[in-house]
Amino acid sequence: MTGAQALIESLKRAGVEHIFGYAGATICPTVDVLAQTPEIGYTLVRTEQNAGHMASGYYRVTGKVGVCMVTSGPGATNLLTGIATAYLDSIPMVAITGQVPSHLLGRDIFQEIDVTGAVAPFSKHSYLVKDANDIPRIVAEAFHIASTGRPGPVLIDLPIDVQNQKLKSYAYPEEVSIRSYKPSVRGNDLQIKRVVSAIESAKHPVIYAGGGIFLANAQQELLELAERTNIPVVTTMMGLSLLPTHHPLNLGMIGAFGNVAANKALAKSDLLVMIGSRVADRAILSPEEVQRRMTIIHIDVDPAEIGKNMRAEIPVVGDVKSILHQILERIQPRSGDEWLEHFQARRKEELSRPFPVKEGYVFPGSLMRKLGAKLQYNAAVCVDVGQNQIWACKHLTMDGPRFLTSGGLGTMGYSLPAAVGVKVAQPGRQTVVICGDGSFQMSFNELAAIAHAQLDIKIVLIQNSVLGLVRQIQDTPTYPAGPFGVALDGSPDFTAIAAAYGIPSRVIGDESEIDGALEELLHQPGARLLICRTDPKATTND
Amino acid sequence: MKREFDSAKKLYTLSLLVKDIPGVVSQVSRLFSRKGYNIESIASGASKEPGVTRITIVIRGDELMIDQIAAQCRKLLPVIAVKVLDNESSIQREFALIKVKAKDLNTRSEIIQIADIFRANVIDVSRQTLTVAVFGGSDKTTAILDLLKEFGILEVVRTGTIAIERGRSTIYDETKLKEEYNYGKNVL
Repeated sequence: MTGAQALIESLKRAGVEHIFGYAGATICPTVDVLAQTPEIGYTLVRTEQNAGHMASGYYRVTGKVGVCMVTSGPGATNLLTGIATAYLDSIPMVAITGQVPSHLLGRDIFQEIDVTGAVAPFSKHSYLVKDANDIPRIVAEAFHIASTGRPGPVLIDLPIDVQNQKLKSYAYPEEVSIRSYKPSVRGNDLQIKRVVSAIESAKHPVIYAGGGIFLANAQQELLELAERTNIPVVTTMMGLSLLPTHHPLNLGMIGAFGNVAANKALAKSDLLVMIGSRVADRAILSPEEVQRRMTIIHIDVDPAEIGKNMRAEIPVVGDVKSILHQILERIQPRSGDEWLEHFQARRKEELSRPFPVKEGYVFPGSLMRKLGAKLQYNAAVCVDVGQNQIWACKHLTMDGPRFLTSGGLGTMGYSLPAAVGVKVAQPGRQTVVICGDGSFQMSFNELAAIAHAQLDIKIVLIQNSVLGLVRQIQDTPTYPAGPFGVALDGSPDFTAIAAAYGIPSRVIGDESEIDGALEELLHQPGARLLICRTDPKATTND
Repeated sequence: MKREFDSAKKLYTLSLLVKDIPGVVSQVSRLFSRKGYNIESIASGASKEPGVTRITIVIRGDELMIDQIAAQCRKLLPVIAVKVLDNESSIQREFALIKVKAKDLNTRSEIIQIADIFRANVIDVSRQTLTVAVFGGSDKTTAILDLLKEFGILEVVRTGTIAIERGRSTIYDETKLKEEYNYGKNVL
């Protein structure tokens, strides 16, 4: 058995059913084995970065670690953004890169790059394999490391000679035990008691829910805790869609671009129950202010998050799901009060507020609200980065659907490949992409993957012909020169682009067209593109 | 209920036990630079176990920062244990080699006297120089350097501080083997 065969065999044992990749000279021995392995599906991307995003989308709906495989040198460096995007959102992933022959490492030969060195700051771990006999152990460890504790991407760099090397014998480890890697699972009992008593004695507690709850698959536990205690929930961007938009305890997203009710409730609370969140600056601008005003409980699987950005009085480290179970074992029911009702009323107001109407344009807020109402219960909505993302965060109603975006790194071009990953994993799931004309042009080359596999992905493109969010930032006194380099002049006719891939499209530019166009988009079979002309001057505050 | 942190900047000693795999020292030091912490000294060498390296890092900062950097170090896969050693309950030593100009007999005997006071050894003599080896805490090295300065120092080599705890405590008390993160003791 060769190293390449051992790798593919190990991937099968690890439960891998699909690989997103791009072949090249140094990964060819493995690709050759893959070609003879019908059990593992393969999607050819059009640039390696998107293999990372596809693997991310794949994981986020299935809970199964996504795998991408690319060649050495530029293949590996192109993939870096995909890996970094996954790292900043704590998405587990196993990335396999080909490498030049091990005896030539360090000589700067064709397509050689030190990828394990390059990926160190934004990967959970990486391996440079020097001996094919290590492959089964390394693959088993990689999947274990990627998917346990705080999840994250793991890279395996495989020199071509190791792929061709014959193994002495092959045995896939039944169990993985790494002496230096033992993530905490249960929360410390003493700390759990403190959490319970702090919640019971607080007047105005607020639950601050982050993406870690999805990662721990603890949505049900969160709902139970909120409903039993009647504590309102605010979410981070990565925590969006943890609770249905219209759930009475869901006050929306916090932060600079968040919902008013959520931000006000957070500011007025006396106890913050932070679950699976790292308090990045987009969520809480001044953590010092927050920690001065209220008591903070911080529940997270990663001990290094405790006190990193905000100091917590009651830290609890462990698996969020297990910890919520421990809390639910002790916590007593609690009833709502006027304080809560005040914010619920504000939330209701916000959810039904009228949007500005301008002739010849569709306002994205109305579009999002109407789109949300028409989505299937378990739809997956992949949202890009920029104004389109903020409009979706604020106004897309999701009473069941799952929201996927690049919240940590804010990588433009994430949505389309992520949707491919979703659809490959779950062909029956309604999958919608929301993007702007800037982000669409960063990854529309993946329409090829959609066309080739005939993936039924619905794309909503908000066309305002400008990098709107950057323009919003430039349009402040900080930048006296004003907007520069943000007009998307020279953009193609997107209907022609879609047609070139055999994908039907439609353009709308009036509020009255929204309903009909969405019905058509969602109910006609096959991939479709809906282009919504939007006022270039519209901001996320409108 | 709030844990009070000492916000004064001072020197802390971090002791790490890591798997001896290629690139491990660079992985650790890169973490420090990435997070914006300055290393005062770093010393690395074998431990009692084959395949396991002991790294001692001295770093200036406040208590909150040290807690955070220790937690970040623990996240690195090859890191088996991390312990912050305090000055009272641990012994800190370093070794330094100092080459000093010594052109005449008087200077030479003066330098030898200073070396004697510091219990340092003269390990090399030439017509123009003396090389002194000093062993002790880093403040001792600093003190002898200060005195030797006037003769003209040609070269200094310091190993960086290594440290070990007094009494029964060892770094093996802090390995990651437990499945439950103990926050009970440090937030009371």
